[in-house]
Amino acid sequence: MNSTRRGLLTALPIVGAGVLGVGFWKMLQGMESGGFDPRAVKNPNVGRPIPQFAMPGLPGLGDGFTDKELRAETRPVLVNFFASWCIPCVQEMPGLRSISRNMPIWGIAYEDKPENASAFVQRDGTPYARVAADRHGRVAIDWGVTGVPESFLVAPGGRILWHGSAALDPQIYDAEIRPRLAGL
Amino acid sequence: MKRLSALLLATTLVGGGIAFAVDDPTEMLPNPVQEKRAEAIGAHLRCLVCQNESIEDSSAPLARDLRKVVREQVAAGKSDQQIMDWMSERYGEFIRLAPQFSWSTALLWLMPALALVAGLVIAWRATKRRVVTPAPLTDEERARLDALSGRE
Repeated sequence: MNSTRRGLLTALPIVGAGVLGVGFWKMLQGMESGGFDPRAVKNPNVGRPIPQFAMPGLPGLGDGFTDKELRAETRPVLVNFFASWCIPCVQEMPGLRSISRNMPIWGIAYEDKPENASAFVQRDGTPYARVAADRHGRVAIDWGVTGVPESFLVAPGGRILWHGSAALDPQIYDAEIRPRLAGL
Repeated sequence: MKRLSALLLATTLVGGGIAFAVDDPTEMLPNPVQEKRAEAIGAHLRCLVCQNESIEDSSAPLARDLRKVVREQVAAGKSDQQIMDWMSERYGEFIRLAPQFSWSTALLWLMPALALVAGLVIAWRATKRRVVTPAPLTDEERARLDALSGRE
């Protein structure tokens, strides 16, 4: 066996493994953040207009709202899906109240009994400018919501600028939401 | 008794694969052909709560809602493709348990074929290994061989 042949046979598996490694790495890169990380589900609705919907309100908290009313807003709105049965939603309430001093938050009660959701929202003072009830979770499916709490930053005109699938707090507001508001 | 438990085990193993998590029989479509189609579509949709289960296998509330959507669309005469597209429009490619073939997933899908071809090439090369013809014996070696083997 001559030395060229020996060199070739040594290099072949190394190069092959290298090509495969780079190939799979490129493949994961192409999927973007959230495409393959199960803890960061990517919402394809970001960058798109909000879906159509019309939802009733909660008892004692107004008439609910529609996509048309949300589109017609002249200020950016933070849309927050919540439920009274969801522990992280309870935890994020103080954060939401502090964010609501900077921008309007519209709440959507996800798969919740209207009276429970209403009592939950009013217990310590509502952070929401408007509240609507998605009784059977069908509106949430159109927004690509996989669980509560989830929040969406909606620009005037109705385009979704940002999606967050964790309980909100002032830190996330400063890091993710405020810079996007400045860009408008 | 042993035979009975073996039978039980066998039916559990075989039946386990087709036991769907339809929690409530009223969820099912009255038309068995449509229900079967809905189950087949649901088996290819990821439950985004449990992630490694299909929506047919999961009993998460979101999976239940998505099963309902699938059944409504099947009853409305939508094609499998239309229903899968409706789902991935809202939840992205991640909702498909089997990713679609594209440039970014080509390596993933072609891997079995690549591995097979590589294996065949290695096997073919191994069988075709050149037989090294031994150098002819020198006169001295031949004489020694003759002496050892008792030939004159």
